[in-house]
Amino acid sequence: MSAPGRSTPPTLALVNVSKSFGAVRALQGVTLELHAGEVHALAGENGAGKSTVVKTFAGVHRPDAGEVRVDGEPVAFNGPADAQAAGVAVIYQEPTLFPDLSVAENIFMGRQPRAGLGRIDRRTVHAETAKLFRRLGVALDPQQPARGLSIADQQVVEIAKAISRDARVLIMDEPTAALTGQEVERLFNVTRTLREQGCAILFISHRLEEIFEICQRVTTLRDGTYVGTDKVEDLTADDLVRRMVGRDLDALYPKQDVTPGEVALKVGRLTREGAFTDISFEVRRGEIVALAGLVGAGRSEVARAIFGVDRWDAGSVEVAGKKLPAGSPTAAMSAGLALVPEDRRQQGLVMDMSIERNMGLTQLRSLRKETGRGPLISRKVERNRAADWALRLQLKYARLTDTVGVLSGGNQQKVVLAKWLATEPTVLIVDEPTRGIDVGTKAEVHRLLSELAAQDLAVLMISSDLPEVIGMADRVLVMHEGRLTAEIDRADATEESVMAAATGRAGTGKAA
Amino acid sequence: MTTDTKSAPRGLSLGRLLRWETAVTALLVIVFAGGAGFSPDFANTDNLSFALGDLSEIALIALPMTLLVVCGQVDLSVASVLGLCSALTGKLWDGGMAIETIIPIVLVVGVVCGLVNGLLVTRLGLPSLAVTIGTMTLYRGLAYVVLGTEAISEFPTRYTNLATESIPGMPIPYPIALFAVLAIITAVVLHATGVGRSLFAIGSQEDAAYFAGIRVKRLKLVLFVVSGLVAGFAGIVFTLRYGSARADNGLGLELTVIAAVLLGGIDFDGGKGTLGGVIAAVLLIGLLRNLLMLNDVSTEVQSIVTGLLLIISVLTPRLIAVVREAQGRRRGARPVPSAAAP
Repeated sequence: MSAPGRSTPPTLALVNVSKSFGAVRALQGVTLELHAGEVHALAGENGAGKSTVVKTFAGVHRPDAGEVRVDGEPVAFNGPADAQAAGVAVIYQEPTLFPDLSVAENIFMGRQPRAGLGRIDRRTVHAETAKLFRRLGVALDPQQPARGLSIADQQVVEIAKAISRDARVLIMDEPTAALTGQEVERLFNVTRTLREQGCAILFISHRLEEIFEICQRVTTLRDGTYVGTDKVEDLTADDLVRRMVGRDLDALYPKQDVTPGEVALKVGRLTREGAFTDISFEVRRGEIVALAGLVGAGRSEVARAIFGVDRWDAGSVEVAGKKLPAGSPTAAMSAGLALVPEDRRQQGLVMDMSIERNMGLTQLRSLRKETGRGPLISRKVERNRAADWALRLQLKYARLTDTVGVLSGGNQQKVVLAKWLATEPTVLIVDEPTRGIDVGTKAEVHRLLSELAAQDLAVLMISSDLPEVIGMADRVLVMHEGRLTAEIDRADATEESVMAAATGRAGTGKAA
Repeated sequence: MTTDTKSAPRGLSLGRLLRWETAVTALLVIVFAGGAGFSPDFANTDNLSFALGDLSEIALIALPMTLLVVCGQVDLSVASVLGLCSALTGKLWDGGMAIETIIPIVLVVGVVCGLVNGLLVTRLGLPSLAVTIGTMTLYRGLAYVVLGTEAISEFPTRYTNLATESIPGMPIPYPIALFAVLAIITAVVLHATGVGRSLFAIGSQEDAAYFAGIRVKRLKLVLFVVSGLVAGFAGIVFTLRYGSARADNGLGLELTVIAAVLLGGIDFDGGKGTLGGVIAAVLLIGLLRNLLMLNDVSTEVQSIVTGLLLIISVLTPRLIAVVREAQGRRRGARPVPSAAAP
């Protein structure tokens, strides 16, 4: 099926929809038409209203004004069940399957075909599932338990479930955020297959290159208002960014050239059984060193061990010439290490705590000293310090006493960065620093990292975002299956050379 | 929304008035006023002083229990530690030892009990609920090993007086005076120091606390040890106050303590609450028990009241949350004709 014919009404559409939550206008006059046989991108920064659009389509929210239309007819979804009945299915970033049930049982959960005496007809369940997988062009075993499936495979199962319910509209809310390059390709193949079979697909991603690869049209939102709908071939990446942020963005990767100083972090033959083996490298002051590799290559595990949240079995870690004991985050912190962890919501922040208290959590000792009242902490000192950092990182917030949970993802990440930068570290380890963050904040984080490096901070950056790795790093270390397979200089680093080393094909850089 | 550094509104606001602690304090005042009108023997100095003294062990143990629950833990073995330490006090006194020697020995036993709980929780990573259900039975069993079913009495009046008499010039029994001092210290630790901040962080999100360099295990271990120490001390107070050492002393007291902590607004999931609320709740439970006693209500009914309070204190915040959510949904579903400009 080629370009959507304008004669047929769109399968699913929002027409001039507005939606407010209290005084907050989440959507204002948004129009979005999904046609059969197209993949339609929804672009916008965090807080632009993308989730509200998804939830309106999914029947969770009802518009205050405007209409939802199915096949051109106005409908009122009175809940997710109505949307589902109309053929709308939402695939979330992290699907929730029943881990102990098989893939097939998950797909037919709640509407299993019955054999005699009300027993579940397993054979039909498995056969139907196999048929679905063939239709999607994937090789998954219907009898395999859902536990242990990669996130990519779990998404495929969710898609199969949607198709088995005769979904005509598939809404994919940041499906690729946690996927590796190969997995994204597989997901895209499935997506293309569905498109050719006449599905209407809404695709949301922060990675612009994905929008250009898979989508035909893109609708942009900014601060809840409709900016426009364009064919992707009429746009460049810069055009799209401009539509999203409403202004020209400074370079997305503003890496400054630096002359590396003395060695700040030295990792020698570090090994943790079952996670990584024999890892040796150095990071100098002023340098940004990227640690690249596929998900599961052991990159985060190395970071966790260096910082002491996990123990290592052999090897050594030195910060500014001082050896660290294994398994002590407290010792690592006083030696000048800081870790911005991968999982912001679980490990980076205490979601129920206020912004200022989260920022102060790493400096309970120095807050005490500065207060000069023995063991007591001064809330004033804490608040002033938090306000300084909020200003420096251009944090968007209402009150410092608000819980961090109310902030957008990008602003939450800024709080995590503030909390660690306030410890005045020598070495900063950032694990996926821009995952799930909108493009404007992403550029800000990159500029910040670049500035910090220019001020003599040593930065170790773990990232699955290849353009980020290539754009930001002075050197790229690549891991494959728990081992360091390549070290590539900035001049030689390309997406191809990094991917080659990450997938275990012969590295084009010099071997480490 | 631009960067805005103005501080939160402070002082009396509607939200502050509706806080759980305020509600408990208001209830305390109502029960007091009602009791004074209803029962002629209630609002006099002697009775109130007695009612306070009767709370000694519960009040003391509630302090470390508050810290434990804030950091997401619980110690159910406190009443058994109390019983063990009471039995031991009696046994050693019966054996001819001086009270001055007995007290440090018994306190060390309390510390060891707490240490065992703490090590099982922190080293083996077991949930504190399960560990302390186990040690609750274990320590109570040990108490019977020490003293069997006999009761030791006739402790020196010099010491029993200390446990029952009031400080000069005020109708406040000595153990409650000590509680007041400890309560102030606990409140400062919980609400104004780095340790307190760390406890709230651990209770809300242990991973994030650990990643922020907080010594999670060490803090938990220390809390269990303090809990054991205070429970042991409460065992001595109990023994001297009643002038009787028995292995079954303080049976079931841990539930009253936990009822007080939860009624005081500490979230059983950790991370939320204030010590002020707990103190108000302890006093409330004390007044209720006293009123029931004055009106010759049986102990069975008293325990029913404690149980109901426990359930109400856990249930009410959930109900409030459900009601708020429902209101929010109704408001959200209604079309807003023209949203006010922010």
